[in-house]
Amino acid sequence: MYAFNYHRPKSLADAGKLLGDASDGKFIAGGQTLLPTLKNRFASPSDLVDLTGITELSGISVSGGTVSIGAITKHGVVATSADVKKAIPALAHLAGLIGDPAVRNMGTMGGSVANNDPAADYPSAVLGLNATVHTTKRKIAADSFFTGLFETALEESEIITKIEFPVPKRAGYEKFRNPASRYAMVGVFVAETADGVRVAVTGAGPCVFRHKEMEAALAKSFSPDALKGIKTDPGKMNNDIHGSGEYRAHLVGVVAKRAVQNALG
Amino acid sequence: MTNQGIGQSVRRKEDFRFITGQGHYTDDINRPGQLYAYFHRSPHAFAKIKSINTDAARKMPGVVAVYTGKDVAVDKVGGLICGWTVKDKKGEPHKAPRHDIIAIDHVRHVGDQVAVVIARSLGEARDAAEAIEVDYDVLTPVVDVVTALQPGAPEVHADAPGNLCYDWDFGDKAATEAAFAKAAHVTKIDLVNNRLSPNPMEPRSAIGEYEPGTDQTTVYTTSQNPHVIRLILCAFVFGLPEHKVRVIAPDVGGGFGSKIFNYAEETVCVWAARKLKKPVKWTSDRTEAFLTDAHGRDHVTHAELAMDKDGKFLGFRVETKANMGAYLSTFASAVPTYLYALLLAGQYTTPAIYAEVKAVFTNTTPVDAYRGAGRPEATYVVERIVEAAARELKIDPAELRRRNFVPDDAFPYQTPVACVYDSGQYAKALDEALKMSDYAGFKQRKAEAAKKGKLRGIGLCAYIEACGIAPSAVVGSLGAGVGLWESAQIRFNATGSVFVHTGSHSHGQGHETTFAQIVSDRLGVPLESIEVVHGDTALVPMGMGTYGSRSLAVGGSAIMRAADKIIDKGKKIAAHLMEASVDDVAYDKGVFSVKGTDKQVPMAQIAFTAYVPHNYPADLEPGLEASAFYDPANFTFPAGVHVAEVEIDSDTGVTRVVNWVAVDDFGKVVNPMIVEGQVHGGIAQGVGQALLEGVVYDPKSGQLLTASFNDYCMPRADDLPSYKVGMIETPCPHNPLGVKGCGEAGAIAAPAALMNAITDALGTEKINMPATPQNVWRVIQSQNLAAAAE
Repeated sequence: MYAFNYHRPKSLADAGKLLGDASDGKFIAGGQTLLPTLKNRFASPSDLVDLTGITELSGISVSGGTVSIGAITKHGVVATSADVKKAIPALAHLAGLIGDPAVRNMGTMGGSVANNDPAADYPSAVLGLNATVHTTKRKIAADSFFTGLFETALEESEIITKIEFPVPKRAGYEKFRNPASRYAMVGVFVAETADGVRVAVTGAGPCVFRHKEMEAALAKSFSPDALKGIKTDPGKMNNDIHGSGEYRAHLVGVVAKRAVQNALG
Repeated sequence: MTNQGIGQSVRRKEDFRFITGQGHYTDDINRPGQLYAYFHRSPHAFAKIKSINTDAARKMPGVVAVYTGKDVAVDKVGGLICGWTVKDKKGEPHKAPRHDIIAIDHVRHVGDQVAVVIARSLGEARDAAEAIEVDYDVLTPVVDVVTALQPGAPEVHADAPGNLCYDWDFGDKAATEAAFAKAAHVTKIDLVNNRLSPNPMEPRSAIGEYEPGTDQTTVYTTSQNPHVIRLILCAFVFGLPEHKVRVIAPDVGGGFGSKIFNYAEETVCVWAARKLKKPVKWTSDRTEAFLTDAHGRDHVTHAELAMDKDGKFLGFRVETKANMGAYLSTFASAVPTYLYALLLAGQYTTPAIYAEVKAVFTNTTPVDAYRGAGRPEATYVVERIVEAAARELKIDPAELRRRNFVPDDAFPYQTPVACVYDSGQYAKALDEALKMSDYAGFKQRKAEAAKKGKLRGIGLCAYIEACGIAPSAVVGSLGAGVGLWESAQIRFNATGSVFVHTGSHSHGQGHETTFAQIVSDRLGVPLESIEVVHGDTALVPMGMGTYGSRSLAVGGSAIMRAADKIIDKGKKIAAHLMEASVDDVAYDKGVFSVKGTDKQVPMAQIAFTAYVPHNYPADLEPGLEASAFYDPANFTFPAGVHVAEVEIDSDTGVTRVVNWVAVDDFGKVVNPMIVEGQVHGGIAQGVGQALLEGVVYDPKSGQLLTASFNDYCMPRADDLPSYKVGMIETPCPHNPLGVKGCGEAGAIAAPAALMNAITDALGTEKINMPATPQNVWRVIQSQNLAAAAE
């Protein structure tokens, strides 16, 4: 790790100012990606602005068919929240599958979503549930939030404040883990929402994506069998020693069926 | 007393400090004025070093020194040695190209050390190491044995033409060819034994320290054999007298073989400490461990088994290419030769065996002994081909094994590949394993699994290993540079407590408990009054250390011998105290008595009398301590049968291990709980090899693709089933404890058992370890395509 200045502001305004004043600053929330990166000396920010002291970023509330989760809410809190379990059980289930207990007790939803790791779980829930990402500057629809490999619509010094998830009719998540890292090699979040069926795939490609063919098939018949024969393009998949594009494309089909089954309960 | 001796599952004495975070490891030690070493390592698999610029690094804050290979060369430091010389088919010694502790003109694997920074803090050392500029002429690397042996392949060393370290053979070629000529059936198999990274929980670490006033060099290091390290450093690397060098290996957190060897980094710490007259510390980080800890396995093998019409084995021939990596590590040459080919008889009466082994240099991390060391590779070949033969002949695999077992009445049994098996009951272990695994009910379980869409398979492995390494004269005749005896010293204190000094070294095995149990059992001293001392060349007699499942069979036997000497002397003291003749004194479990009387004296009183000899035999020295050295008459041959059962999800290729039975014969067992723990850990490592683990190098660039736990898959608890462990006990006839050794068995047995189960489920032999979900899925896909084409 290289030396850096550490700040822990109490307000969003202070956080924004601290980052603006830093020569090469970075926000840090749970640090579950950033800290290993720093320890390996793969990054050398001048300043770290810790967001976990900003109380307005925490908390879970449910009202009017919407689950609102503060950006610094930890995975473990989401996984065990009675409110989330009741309103969107698939989201609590997903949170409980992230990393291990240590990671779940440090990592935050906002941090995961802002980082947009291609193998992270939360982006699939955000996209699959058609959530809205609230920031210090605006509201961003899920469909325009995730823009590429580790890329999002967030601007410099823009902070996610909370994410609002519309409660779906039903939803399911299934994750096929990379055997070594246990990140999602393929994760599929399916949801029957007010705006139709949505299928979001994480881990398989460079960025979480919606599987439109599957959505169309499931709109006709929300059942695992409806996905039979639907192919995924191996050329658009990630390819590494654990899974070729072909294998991942195949797994997308298998995992999606299991996600639908999970949604059906 | 009775619940602390031999045969009792006593809780491990050492665990209190380990599980309460009070273990004392090398990195926990900090010496006054200590400096820190950080290595600048090669980013290339193969390159010529054109120039190294250390100017900027030298000027960085906190930097005390920056050294390159040229600085080492000026001091005439010897390179790292291989301590076992293998002679090839023509009788020529193997090629052991020079291995400098810091590279001089070429780097030969990613992570090869190019320079070292010594600084006042680790952070400063690391900062400066990053400021070193190296100009390389990058060369084309070669990482696998098949490519490395092809004509025109890049040559890793100029003095090892064709990358050949040796071309070696063993066994009777003519007799084996004759056996094949008369065979009714020949089964052939091609196998890859995947390369593994050892990954002990504690990474390697060392502190070198030099005191000019006494000319004393002290090395704190993570070693399985501190005296061997002292011998190598003194006699081969630095030319120092052994009495001026002290090697201390405190608590060591796992080794699996990787901490046997003398490495460059530890050696650099010693060299730099002597040069700077300050303690110099280095601790490996996890990435460095992946890059530089000696790897294991990495064989490519073709094997053929000749049988008569009834499946009786007539002949066995094996051709193996073994990857040595970029340099010949400390005992690397012995692993694919004497620790491998000599075990190819397995548990069977195969009368003719012939093995050819080519050892090959590549641009990869050096390969050396790793839990089992050669014996897992041999067992894998034998047990895969036996299973394949049974399938071809449509004979039940258990039955085919039974037909070929060395029978109980044939021991000691001379194999055609040099070993003389000491004792065993192979059919009994098989019977027990089949019963415990409900082998007979497998067909029904397979049918039930099929209903759920799962492919179920069962696999056997009847393994043998040679442990208790080793009779010194035998290994000497085979090229070993050392003897492989072990030492022990028992020292009574005046008040009856005992120090047991052993040349073995525990890096997780539980010696502090097991050895204390032996002494407690033999000398009648309570367990809590016994302190086992190891790991410091200044405290314990010269010893050979811990590897090859040898500590109990060889080190434990030395303790027994020392205990006998204590008893002999105790009898003389007891005779004096009881006014009897020595011949009339009997001894049993800590009590001396006069035969035929009720006179008796306990051991504690003997100890007190020995140190306060007011009433004492006139011709006897005071004190009660004894040393013994034990050189075994033979190897020990633990054996057993493991049964693995798997279910494969054909949609994803995921294999679940659903059942595991291990029936092992380790001879006499001192602590069944510790032994069962060893079996569990060994199986976990074997399952890791078969299902999850594998070092992967990029074939073009030679980059290590599995350099972190994100990509190198270690077994986790939920990858493993609950094991059913059974034991049978056929004592070893040639050591005083009747023990055989247990540390490596699980890792030896598990890969073949598991792969036999997977190949049974898939209906093809054509799958290599690790059987990852992707690899299994590919096999299923190709079968589906083949089926569709028909």
